[in-house]
Amino acid sequence: MFAAALLGGAVVTIQITLGAFLLAFLLGLLLAVIDSMRVMLLRALVATYVEVFRNVPALTLLFIIYFGLAQVGIRLQPIPAAIIGLGLGGGAVLTEVFRAAFRALHQGQREAALAVGMTPMMAIRHIILPQAWRVVLPPLGNYAVALLKETSVASAIAAPEIMFYARQLVTRTFETPLVYAMTSLLYLAMTVPMAHVVWRLEQRRRWA
Amino acid sequence: MHDTDTASSPTPVIEIEALHKRFGQLDVLKGINLRLARGEKVVIIGPSGSGKSTLLRCTNYLEAPTSGHVRLDGTLFGERLVNGRHMRMSERELAAQRRHVGMIFQSFYLWPHLTARQNVAIAPEKVFGMKRKDALELADALLAKVHLSEKRDVYPERLSGGQQQRVAIARALAQEPRLILFDEPTSALDPELVGEVLKVIEELAAEGRSMMLVTHEIRFAAHVADRIIFMDWGVIVEEGAPDEILRRPQTERARNFLSQLEMK
Repeated sequence: MFAAALLGGAVVTIQITLGAFLLAFLLGLLLAVIDSMRVMLLRALVATYVEVFRNVPALTLLFIIYFGLAQVGIRLQPIPAAIIGLGLGGGAVLTEVFRAAFRALHQGQREAALAVGMTPMMAIRHIILPQAWRVVLPPLGNYAVALLKETSVASAIAAPEIMFYARQLVTRTFETPLVYAMTSLLYLAMTVPMAHVVWRLEQRRRWA
Repeated sequence: MHDTDTASSPTPVIEIEALHKRFGQLDVLKGINLRLARGEKVVIIGPSGSGKSTLLRCTNYLEAPTSGHVRLDGTLFGERLVNGRHMRMSERELAAQRRHVGMIFQSFYLWPHLTARQNVAIAPEKVFGMKRKDALELADALLAKVHLSEKRDVYPERLSGGQQQRVAIARALAQEPRLILFDEPTSALDPELVGEVLKVIEELAAEGRSMMLVTHEIRFAAHVADRIIFMDWGVIVEEGAPDEILRRPQTERARNFLSQLEMK
């Protein structure tokens, strides 16, 4: 039955999503914090990274990491390559998300924190992040949903996720509409609940 | 120790020497010299753009001076002498110094995700290392002092401007500051709320605290100040006892400014 193969692929889809999300989250947060330190050189580096990785397609990134690195001797398995490629691209997106959240908090709060004897790091930890957290959840949720769909490009580097199996099934059985209908349903089964959670998060905002 | 002043005068709590501050092409402070004795209350008045706020912000190094020096109790603030050159301190050292200077902002800047009590207690706990229980007790005592005990578990968005500013004052008091800076503390308040904040500031003044206050409330200034400084265009134009400055201003600019205020 097709279902078994597709479900097997779904497990990998989820693995790649979780891995890439974690990488993107850590990168985004780290770079946004670095950006807030106001060191000109560091901010320029962050800006360059964001521009590059937001504007190069995911597929291209994956090819560079999987095929390109292999040419210089670094051979990665498809799943780790997918996680790294998607994570790097996502990191660029989430850097912007975190930066916007930090900016949304009035500069004055940061100054009040400094005035009371906090270092900039402490201000970020105790004042900025606890508030940025709330602001950042909906966009994070939206990114997660988009990421899950984006993992489909990993099929091009032979990662055994949903689309990879879907295409194999079609090649073997020629049941094109049926296979892709089931594939779509499978994606929907994952993305619709996620989108609902994001919607709930957006409703719950306590302060603007 | 820098007690090289004359035998009769102890170290001033704040000494500002030849302070210049430039933002881009604009010279906002053009050479300020100011001394504040312990327990003295100085009120700074002057037109908008005269650099009053910038002066306060340089005093606790929220802005770094372009040139000149600030000394807190005789010790260089924000910079240290290394081989004869002045170098900016690290963030950690700077934070440790700022802890001794309380600042009240025109827009309060309470932290919205914390209750009044938490706003006051967080620095004692996280910065000064007090135990949470002790920090909360301190917060309660200070909120009582500013007459806001019943609001201690309320979030800032539900407090009036006057209440928020009083919480901000309690927050600054939690630092046990050697000096308190007030940057137009009542300018953002509805008129009927101004009084409650001025009352608290007056009580603090009566306790003998060292204060630098920027305000447009001239009558209050006259009442609370030991000395009034009139600033305009980045320089101190006149300074002296409240009576002298307000009743018998010596300079044209001071006279113009004060007469404009009379008309309001």
